[in-house]
Amino acid sequence: MSEKVLMKGNEAIAEAAILAGCRHYFGYPITPQTEIAAYMAKKMPKINGTFLQAESEIAAINMVYGVASTGKRVMTSSSSPGIALKCEGISYLAGADLPALIVNVQRGGPGLGGIQPSQSDYHLATKGPGHGDFHVLCFAPASVQEMADLTAHAFECAEKYRMPSMLLADGTLGQMMEPVVLPKPSDAGKYDNSWAVTGTNNERKHNIINSLYLSPAELEKLNFERYERYEQIKKDEPMWEEYLMDDAEICVVSYGITARISRNAVDEARKQGIKVGMIRPITVWPFPVEPLKKAADKVERFICVELNMGQMKDDIELAIHCKKPVDLCIRTGGMLPSPDEVLAVIKK
Amino acid sequence: MADFNIIIAGFGGQGILFSGKVLACAGLLEDRNLSWLPSYGPEMRGGTANCSVVLSDKPVGSPIVERPNVLMVMNEPSLDKFEDLVVPGGKIFVDSSLIPRKVKRDDVEAFYVPATKLAADNGLKGLANMILLGNLIRHTGCIKEDGIADALHQAIPARKIDLFNSNMNAISMGFEY
Repeated sequence: MSEKVLMKGNEAIAEAAILAGCRHYFGYPITPQTEIAAYMAKKMPKINGTFLQAESEIAAINMVYGVASTGKRVMTSSSSPGIALKCEGISYLAGADLPALIVNVQRGGPGLGGIQPSQSDYHLATKGPGHGDFHVLCFAPASVQEMADLTAHAFECAEKYRMPSMLLADGTLGQMMEPVVLPKPSDAGKYDNSWAVTGTNNERKHNIINSLYLSPAELEKLNFERYERYEQIKKDEPMWEEYLMDDAEICVVSYGITARISRNAVDEARKQGIKVGMIRPITVWPFPVEPLKKAADKVERFICVELNMGQMKDDIELAIHCKKPVDLCIRTGGMLPSPDEVLAVIKK
Repeated sequence: MADFNIIIAGFGGQGILFSGKVLACAGLLEDRNLSWLPSYGPEMRGGTANCSVVLSDKPVGSPIVERPNVLMVMNEPSLDKFEDLVVPGGKIFVDSSLIPRKVKRDDVEAFYVPATKLAADNGLKGLANMILLGNLIRHTGCIKEDGIADALHQAIPARKIDLFNSNMNAISMGFEY
């Protein structure tokens, strides 16, 4: 058995990234994710890596673009307002078909909002964080263990499909400590990276990394090709966890920290004889449509539990073709629901 | 072992988060399920600070402790804030040198330890948290007594390991009190 260690969620992301071969981190401090930068600042110089605190979030994401062009594993991290600033760069990464990891440890918004946990960037993250037609792979960990595991997985998926990955966490998960078994070391190179700009040695034609296409026909073609890849991703990459769904008449849908809270509520409701289960999306893009579609034929209603005004409700209704009602149990602004609040909606 | 839902609360700078970390490290060494969640933000710079620790035999659901069965408080605002949340039959540990009032409820067990005074009188300044924690460990059995030293060793950052003995003495003093 690998050794369990006690780590904060933010530290687990940083260590998992290093174990995944990431040797380049660019960022700018913001609560509640600064432990990632602090960890990288301490560790990177010792392992011949690069930690750079950029002059802004925008500078940091463009540094990510630079390293990503060479096919090496690279990441940045921020929290909601900082992620908004990075969106231009994320769009460029998507437009240039570059893999990279962007970590978003969400806090309350809009605007500068607050520093307490939130999931209010769900729309931003799942619909395309930036201008233009694109998606990022989007993973929503619900434990410190998943913070580590999904970091490694996000790097690999990004390379498999040549696109950015986002880890969508929140302040609670970033700040809490839990035992974690760190993932095995890995690195880039499993997938073709002959596109990378690494020097030609005068032996091959030079590669071009670019997101500017002035010919509409060419740009349209690239967009269609990219969306074909997205269709493949929707088929192959959704991840979710089902909890007590076999005989469920009510289905809670929740990801991240609210899934943890909901689990307590589901357990309590079961004790009271209520047949309730939970589907926990682990990827929020691609959204796990299939299990929800299946559940729609069995359960009476769904409950969407989130730290925002109910942004995921749209995706649930699309997945189930509005076959059953979707109730909301929501808190925003940095507030968290208690298991009792979720239970009240289950019993409604 | 029973599930422990613990809240530790006081002022920033009293070692509130560290106290919780000692329990979390003990839980790790006992291979139990656990979570440790701090309050974060401006309150760490001198306002009220608190942390939730869950020690359980089952996977931990919510890391946020809403209804503690163990409460340790090192200032009056924290006792005011959390006293009513403790489940009936729960245990409350009070630094009685900082909190003049008694616990109001009669359906919980209260333990009064003049931890800050004991620390000052015994050359353990700043370690009232460990004294109170020692008392908490004794009366709740939330972690195993023989694992305390290892847990403390793990919880203290390497650069401060010279403080191990004084911390351990403080825990023992609270344990024996």
